Amino acid sequence: MAQSYPAVCKMTRTAQRMLLSGNEAIARGAYEAGVKVAASYPGTPATEILESLATYEGIHAQWSPNEKVALDVAFGAALGGVRALASMKHVGLNVAADSFFTISYTGATAGLVIVSADDPGMHSSQNEQDNRHYARAAKVPMLEPADSQEAKDFVIAAFDISEQFDTPVLLRTTTRISHGKSLVRSGRPKSPRPRRFERQPAKYVMVPGHARLRHVVVEERLERLRQFSNATSLNRIEMGDTDLGIIAAGVAYQYAREARPDASFLKLGMSYPLPDEMIRDFASRVKRLFVIEELDPFLEQEIAAMGIEVSGKPPAMRLGEMDAGAAAVALGDQPPRVEPITDLPARPPVLCPGCPHSGVFYVLHKLKAIVAGDIGCYTLSVLPPLETMDTCVCMGASIGHALGLERAFAVAGDERPVVAALGDSTFVHAGITELIDVVYNKGCTTVVILDNRTTAMTGRQNHPATGRTASGAETYQLDLEAMCRACGVDDVAVVDPYDLDATEQALKRAIAARHPSVVITRHECVLLRRGERRAPPHVVEEACIGCGLCLGLGCPALRAAPAGPKGRLKPTIAEELCASCGLCAQICRREAIVWEQQ
Amino acid sequence: MSAPTNGTTNIMMVGVGGQGIILASEVLCHALMHSGWQVKKSEVHGMAQRGGSVRTDVRFGPEIHAPLISVGAADILVAFEELEALRYLHVMRPDGLVLMSAERIMPVTVITGPHPYPDDVPGRLARRGAKVLVVDAPAVAAKAGNPRTAGIVLMGALSNHISVPPRAWRKAITTLVPERFLEVNLEAFRRGRRARLAAPKPG
Repeated sequence: MAQSYPAVCKMTRTAQRMLLSGNEAIARGAYEAGVKVAASYPGTPATEILESLATYEGIHAQWSPNEKVALDVAFGAALGGVRALASMKHVGLNVAADSFFTISYTGATAGLVIVSADDPGMHSSQNEQDNRHYARAAKVPMLEPADSQEAKDFVIAAFDISEQFDTPVLLRTTTRISHGKSLVRSGRPKSPRPRRFERQPAKYVMVPGHARLRHVVVEERLERLRQFSNATSLNRIEMGDTDLGIIAAGVAYQYAREARPDASFLKLGMSYPLPDEMIRDFASRVKRLFVIEELDPFLEQEIAAMGIEVSGKPPAMRLGEMDAGAAAVALGDQPPRVEPITDLPARPPVLCPGCPHSGVFYVLHKLKAIVAGDIGCYTLSVLPPLETMDTCVCMGASIGHALGLERAFAVAGDERPVVAALGDSTFVHAGITELIDVVYNKGCTTVVILDNRTTAMTGRQNHPATGRTASGAETYQLDLEAMCRACGVDDVAVVDPYDLDATEQALKRAIAARHPSVVITRHECVLLRRGERRAPPHVVEEACIGCGLCLGLGCPALRAAPAGPKGRLKPTIAEELCASCGLCAQICRREAIVWEQQ
Repeated sequence: MSAPTNGTTNIMMVGVGGQGIILASEVLCHALMHSGWQVKKSEVHGMAQRGGSVRTDVRFGPEIHAPLISVGAADILVAFEELEALRYLHVMRPDGLVLMSAERIMPVTVITGPHPYPDDVPGRLARRGAKVLVVDAPAVAAKAGNPRTAGIVLMGALSNHISVPPRAWRKAITTLVPERFLEVNLEAFRRGRRARLAAPKPG
């Protein structure tokens, strides 16, 4: 398995002053807090928390099939008496929300921390939901670190709060905290003794009669947490010029500090429940009170609801992420007059040269299929030239979308073929129940499982069907074919997507079938490949007519230069990029892309 | 280079996902840390890395707050690719330094679409007021023994423009690069540091 930061992990054992990403710092904090069990599902920008935890001895760090399973395992461990952590990207908490809301009622035996890494600006996400709302909705305390040092310190504080108040704690980061690097001082790891799990059905078996009583406890706990929030050093006032007082948490504090270095600040480390008395005190000491925050006006509305006069950013700034310049504009500065150069060709992310998904989508494009898509590298097939994805909402949803489309098309008399396409890891995450639904409800959906033997988009993590654990140890390998058959799909085909003809035949046959079918396109991710590759093919210039068919693959190793009388695009192969997959040679009808005789 | 504002230096590194910006920026940050600076870096992972336009911000000085460089505040732009230098030019201080690798990677929109790749990028950068230095980093890297060390060549070229002692760079490279690639990377750094840089005039 690929680890992005081996050198940094090595350093954590020795150095006192380390340059760590927020995610690495969270892992270090968990280690210092004595965490024994950690679980996660990969998702940007949270992935490296678990990857980093898996490098520490004495911590059982595991990838789970999805975030809900991860949280259930972490909760179970905390129930069993050891400190436990579950980490996930913001939308992962949607998956785990069912567990999250009710473990707020139960509490646990030892500390439990849930990390939500939000992605304002959607660098690698399908939405930019603001997960601070989850703290309020589930009545769970929330901490927001503003750099890597705080990320480490706040994890430790979160475990103490969790045990002191018998509550899960939400640690919320954003991309610039998780993937920002700054200096961290290491501390000595604690090793708290395991606590004994005591059977307490009234606390842990949430039947209505028990849950009603636990809700009372939750409301009382929230009041005690409010008092704690007013007293804790996690929240601090930094008095400066009293003309302007700024309240901010997380990375927004850093932007505000830089935008108005002389102002007074109330820096929130614990942003739910809010320190209301501290806010009132701060408000009374400044002339004008302003909130700087990314995404929703969460703090602004909470503070306004306290009856305190406060201003925030304009509604347009609820979109995307901030920087110090944007914070200054929110505070009334004129925006900078420099404009980006606009007449430049865009450079969207692309599927890698030799990506096994390329051929599948090339064929689906050719078959003019409506493709219900999913979350993974293959979502990039929505971009030109493949342009072969019609939906992408959330993990595993492709199959349900396809079944629904199929039902609607039957009513509408629409004859277009519908295909669901999702990756191996995504299928295990949330696709299995959707496939069961197809069979159970007598659909005849065609499902393509793009099996590249890894969770590619997030940096090649293992999952149950790779047969390896988070630490790379061998384990039982989930058999995808057997799983599909167990769901009730009798028609399961496996093809190598490097063989375009076979892929096309398998897809045509599956689409034509009047029963549910699964086509597993199996070829290892090109980034996993080791060892020597075959010498790349080359373009025979005299044979190439510049038809551009091969360019429809969208391979970054195929570069086109205008040539010939009509300025047609003649490709050349960038040898340093080419993965020698041979897809372009299969597409060419003029045999103009050929391999050297060997 | 000229004195940066409030003691902070902002270095933006831009290029195409897969060019090695993450390793090069890591080397830079470790070298800065070994020199005693406060340092912050911000980058993105995940989808953006798949051959798309990428940007990594590095800030150092006595005290750093924001992890991101604001528009108009970058002192040095290290461009691993020419088109990407143009794309992020607006984040530069008007009189900032652009240190650019003479590498042109056609985006998919150029390969398959009607968009032309911009001509004379160095001249265009210079006409906007930037001080431009161009190094053929892939060629220098190839001479060092491995074309994939172009990012370290650029760090060598950058080392002439920021106050970081050579031993801090060496320590950073030694810490971060696997042993079997260490010598070629150190050589790439030395060659980058010595490389003659072309300075196009606005014309």
